[in-house]
Amino acid sequence: MKQHEGSPKDDPRYRVANREALIGVGLVLINFILWYGFAYGFGSKPVEEYSYIWGLPAWFFYSCLLGTGVVIVLVILAVVFLFKEVPFDEEEDQ
Amino acid sequence: MNGEVVIPLIIFLVIIFLIGFYASTHLKSTSNFLQEYFLGSRQLGGFILAMTMIATYGSASSFIGGPGVAYTLGLGWVLLSMTQLATGYFVLSVLGKKFAIMARKIRAVTLIDFLKERYESKGVVILSALSIIIFLFSAMAAQWVGGARLIESLTGLPYTGALFIFAVSVLVYVIIGGFRAVAITDTVQGIVMLGGTLVILIGTIVAGGGVETIVATLATENPDLISPFGADRSLTPLYVSSFWILVGVGVVGLPQVAVRAMSYKSSKGMHRALIIGTVVVGVIMLGMHLTGVFARAVLPGIEVGDTVMPRIALEVLPSWLAGIVLAAPMAAIMSTVDSLLLLVSSAIVKDVYLNYVKPDASDQTIKRFSVGITAVLGVLVFAMAVNPPELLIWLNLFSFGGLEAAFIWPVVMGLYWKRGNASGAMASILVGVGSYIGFNTFMPNAFGMHTVVLPVLLSLISYVGVSLMTVKKHAAVQTAVEWKLWKV
Repeated sequence: MKQHEGSPKDDPRYRVANREALIGVGLVLINFILWYGFAYGFGSKPVEEYSYIWGLPAWFFYSCLLGTGVVIVLVILAVVFLFKEVPFDEEEDQ
Repeated sequence: MNGEVVIPLIIFLVIIFLIGFYASTHLKSTSNFLQEYFLGSRQLGGFILAMTMIATYGSASSFIGGPGVAYTLGLGWVLLSMTQLATGYFVLSVLGKKFAIMARKIRAVTLIDFLKERYESKGVVILSALSIIIFLFSAMAAQWVGGARLIESLTGLPYTGALFIFAVSVLVYVIIGGFRAVAITDTVQGIVMLGGTLVILIGTIVAGGGVETIVATLATENPDLISPFGADRSLTPLYVSSFWILVGVGVVGLPQVAVRAMSYKSSKGMHRALIIGTVVVGVIMLGMHLTGVFARAVLPGIEVGDTVMPRIALEVLPSWLAGIVLAAPMAAIMSTVDSLLLLVSSAIVKDVYLNYVKPDASDQTIKRFSVGITAVLGVLVFAMAVNPPELLIWLNLFSFGGLEAAFIWPVVMGLYWKRGNASGAMASILVGVGSYIGFNTFMPNAFGMHTVVLPVLLSLISYVGVSLMTVKKHAAVQTAVEWKLWKV
């Protein structure tokens, strides 16, 4: 139950929420670096010099296929190991 | 077109209707009509949450427009479209728990409910309700036009007839079922979108003789088709990167997406939705746009980008399967439109009517009024879509970026920065929308970035700057808000 007496403090669930928002920002940064680095790192040279993986240009394979795969794995790891379950209903508050 | 293509579409529509009827049974038995009609009583589980977010976000452009551009520009456009992967996890992790908890504390049903309690200001409520009603109404009408065109091209019916079929299908299940019907149909539509993507991608690769052959054909035609810079080398790294703001992180500010972040049941559901959403959005965006590029090697010389998807489906797949695949863009359009329809209704009923016109309306009145408004809106959009007026086409240009620029900071900073206040939020909305329209008109793609980037920055500066300048004016209200939303 909610307690209105005593010294007020922030809802403890917000610490979890704030941390997870930062994790979301971190994931976007990693995602962007992978996406940008592979695409323009491998893709900026002349097309004749491209190497290919599974028939696709290497820049595309790494940036859009592998990069996407890595981000998905990171999201799963973040959710499983870093995200915490918190109760939403007021009645469950302690 | 032939019957085999049309039958899967009809079956699809029938399933959608049945879901509407199923959801209407919840609506009859609910004790809180508003919560159920506009938010599905906050009962969404992880899978449905993920699918409804993606289906709402993925619209005609993901299935028709986007692949058409990919056909013209090559792999560089697929790279650009992959900036959307972030929407799968970013919205839920940033809005996620904070929004769900705060919304429950104040029993918010709409995004504007939240803004109203957070800023305690009539100005903020009216500005945001107006932005939602104007921009989303035009966005919705534009999608209806797309939906009707699609039916027209698939069935050979005249445009108005096609529009009528589309309008009736959407209106019936939204009106009788509300948010729950929208969310469940979104899920079915999301599954159709996902399945359709995989089938058409595989079909195109097989028809083109394998990835290697296709890529070689493209490189012979124009080497830049397989470079990250686009066929005409127009896609600079800066321009492509700026799409991270428009379709990646900026999506947090779209009301139709944000409202879903307060509709779920438990944090377990949200966690599951994060994973499912990221996987599904990745597969759909990569698959559809890659198909657009590969289609060039199978069916060269298509002039109108929007016809690429229907034509490649009919070319590489047996007609019954093409029908199923073409139900995907249909699903994408319907699932966007249904959410917008409900959101605009909620802005009118909950945010304007109940706040300022008749706060003491009885349950029965609210019920009749909600259903009535949704129906009237539907008829209005239909009338607009029959012959879209210039103003509407103009407004639709700003609906996506304009809403992002308007809402991203009042929502995000409202959740995470206690000192943000009403004056800051109003300044942010006005500057965001105003500068977006201004830049779009006078300086499109300023400094080589998508037009949305600068307005989003300017609205952040306004939010923070004005909030800091008006600390004294809002001191009392801010303390009360902090007590209500933050303290235990």
